Amino acid sequence: MSLSIEDYARVARPEAVERLRQLARPLTGARVVHVNSTREGGGVAEILAKLVPFMNELGMHASWEVLVGERAFYDCTKRFHNGLQGHVVELPPALLRAYEQTNRDNLDRLDTTLREADFVFIHDPQPAPLLRLCGERRGRWFWRCHIDVSRPHRPVWKYLRPHVADYDASIFSLADFAQPLPHPQFIVPPSIDPLTDKNRELQDEEIRAVRARFGIDPDRPLVAQISRFDRFKDPVGVIRAWRLARRFLPDVQLVLAGGGASDDPEGAQVLADVQEAAAAEADCHVLLLPADAHRTINALQRTAAVVLQKSLREGFGLTVAEAMWKGRPVIGGNTGGIRLQIVNHHTGFLVDTPEGAALRLRYLMDREDLRHEMGEKARRFVRDHFLITRHLAEYLAMMVALRRGMSSRVSLS
Amino acid sequence: MNGQRGVQSDVYDSRERLCSRVGSFAVMDCALVTLATGRRALNLRELAEHLRVVDLDSIYYHFWGTLLRPGFDHPEFNNDFAAWARHALHDYVLAERLAVVDPAEYEDLEDLRRDLLDIIEERLDEREFVPWARSGQQFNFLTAVLVVFDTHVRLDDPAALPSAVAEMSLGSIFYHFIDARRRDPKGLDDFRAWLCGADGRYRDLCSALAALDPYFSTLSQTRRRLAALLADHLGKAGL
Repeated sequence: MSLSIEDYARVARPEAVERLRQLARPLTGARVVHVNSTREGGGVAEILAKLVPFMNELGMHASWEVLVGERAFYDCTKRFHNGLQGHVVELPPALLRAYEQTNRDNLDRLDTTLREADFVFIHDPQPAPLLRLCGERRGRWFWRCHIDVSRPHRPVWKYLRPHVADYDASIFSLADFAQPLPHPQFIVPPSIDPLTDKNRELQDEEIRAVRARFGIDPDRPLVAQISRFDRFKDPVGVIRAWRLARRFLPDVQLVLAGGGASDDPEGAQVLADVQEAAAAEADCHVLLLPADAHRTINALQRTAAVVLQKSLREGFGLTVAEAMWKGRPVIGGNTGGIRLQIVNHHTGFLVDTPEGAALRLRYLMDREDLRHEMGEKARRFVRDHFLITRHLAEYLAMMVALRRGMSSRVSLS
Repeated sequence: MNGQRGVQSDVYDSRERLCSRVGSFAVMDCALVTLATGRRALNLRELAEHLRVVDLDSIYYHFWGTLLRPGFDHPEFNNDFAAWARHALHDYVLAERLAVVDPAEYEDLEDLRRDLLDIIEERLDEREFVPWARSGQQFNFLTAVLVVFDTHVRLDDPAALPSAVAEMSLGSIFYHFIDARRRDPKGLDDFRAWLCGADGRYRDLCSALAALDPYFSTLSQTRRRLAALLADHLGKAGL
C-alpha cells in the first residue's frame, strides 16, 4: 500500500505535516539526488526508501541512485566503516584503487544527474569521491555521514578527508561525531518510519505465528536483540549477558535476529561466531533474516519483554527507536546515538558491559509495572523526536539555509 | 540566531508587516537546525577558554535551544553547561551553580557570558585539580540556524488567542514567546507586543505574560500555561 505524507498526521503530531509543506514551499521544483551503496539492508536504505518519495510528494524532483561495485570495492568500504569507528584496519593500495575506480565507473552513469541536481546528498564514505570527480556541478552537495566517526583510525580518516572536505556541508548524527572540516557541519539524528511494515501495529495472530515459526515458547518470556551480525553490535556479549541473567531467570529465552547488508562482507563470519557461541543453548535462537523480513522483525520486537542493543560503537542504532516505538524498554550500549535515544532510567538503561546488561535485564524482568511505564515513556519520546517527519523537516530547513547563504536566521516570509 | 537583540532586519520587516495589518497577529513557525561550531572542551579550563570567545549564538543555543532538541519532559538541568558539569565532570557544586542561572534575566547575552565565566573561574579557584571529562564526553559547543516561516494564520481579535495558542506548534510557541524577546528592542514577546499596542486594555494580561518564565518548562508545558493564562484573561471560548 502506498502511503501519502498526510497519513503521518495520524501518528506524528498533527501539525507536523503542515510544517513540512511550509518548509518545502521554497524548494518546489528543486532536483534532489541521494546516492548510497545499497538499496536494501541497514538503516540508511530504509530512511531513503521513505525520504525520497516524501520529497517528491512535497514538490521536489527527488531520486535515489545506488553505487554498483565488485567485491573489492565493498571490502574496501567495509574497512573504511570499521576504521572510521575506531578499529585498526589496513588499506591495501589495490583496494583503494578499486574504490576510486568504482566511483569513476559509477560517475559515467550518474554524471548528468549529478551535474544538474540542485541538491546532492552523498551518504557515507562509499560514494564520497563523486564530488571531486564531478567537475562542473551546479548544486549544493551534502556529505551525510551515518557512522560514528568520533575516534576514527587516523590513516582511514586521513585518506577520506580530502574526499569530503570540498563538500558544501556535512551532516552527522551526533555532535560527538563532527570532525574538523572547512564547511558547515549540521547535526541531524536519523529517524524511523512509524507506518512501514517494520513499525506499524500488528495483529496478535501474526505475532503468534512468528513465534511458532521460530520455535519460540509463547508461555515463557523473551528478550531480543534485532541487529545486523556485526562485531560492533556485540551479539556475543548479549549471549554472555543473557547467560548471566539466566542464573536467576531460567525461563527467559533470547532471540538474536538480523540480516546482512549487501555492502557488508564480514557479516557471515560474525554470524558463524554467534552460532558457535549459542550452539549449546536450546533457548537462544539465532535467526538470519532476509532483508525484507520487516514484519517478522516487527513481530519479534513486539513479542519481546525487553529489547537489547548492546552495541560497542554505534552510528545511531535505529533499532533502539524501533523497539521504543513499540513500547518496549531498551537496554543499550552506552555509546553513540544510543545515548540520545535512551534516557537512562526513564526509557531504558545504558550499560557498558555484559554484566551491566545482565543486571538491568534481571531488574526489568522482575518489574512488569516498570517495563510498562518505561515503555510508555519510550513511545512518547520517539513520537516527539525520532519520527521521519522531524528528520525530513530538518533536511528541508538545511537545504533552505544552505541555499540562502547560511545566516543564523533564515526567514521564508 | 542573533547575538544581540533586535539586529535582524528581515524579522523587523515581518514585525512591521504584522503591525501594519490593522492589528492582526501573523502566526509564524520555525525550525531549528543544529550546527557544530568545532569547539570542544574536555575539561573545565577548556570550557572557560571556549566560553570566553565563542559566538553568543552558541551560548543562546545551550540555554534556549535545548527546548527544540530531543529531550526529556522532566530534564534534570535546563542548560547544557550545568548538565555537562554534573554528568561529565561529576562536579555537583558547579552543576547547581550553573543550573540556577536563568537566561531570561539577561537583556544582553554578553552579561550572561560574563556571569557564566565568573561561576566557572570561581570553581576553578576552589578546586585543587581541574576537573576532566572522560574521553567521549567532551562538551561540544553548538549553534543553530533558525528557519522562520509563515503559517498564513492571522488573528484579528485577541479573543481568538487562547484557542489559537492551544493549537500552535511548539515551533510557533518558541518563535513568538521566547525568540521574540531577542528580536524586540524592549525584550517583549510577540503576544505582549501585540496586546500592549491596544490602548492599555490588556495591561493586566501583559503583566501576567511578563511574569510567565518559560525557562524551567518544556515548550508543551509553556503552551499549556500560556493558553490557560490567556483564557483566564480573555475568556475560554474555543478552548
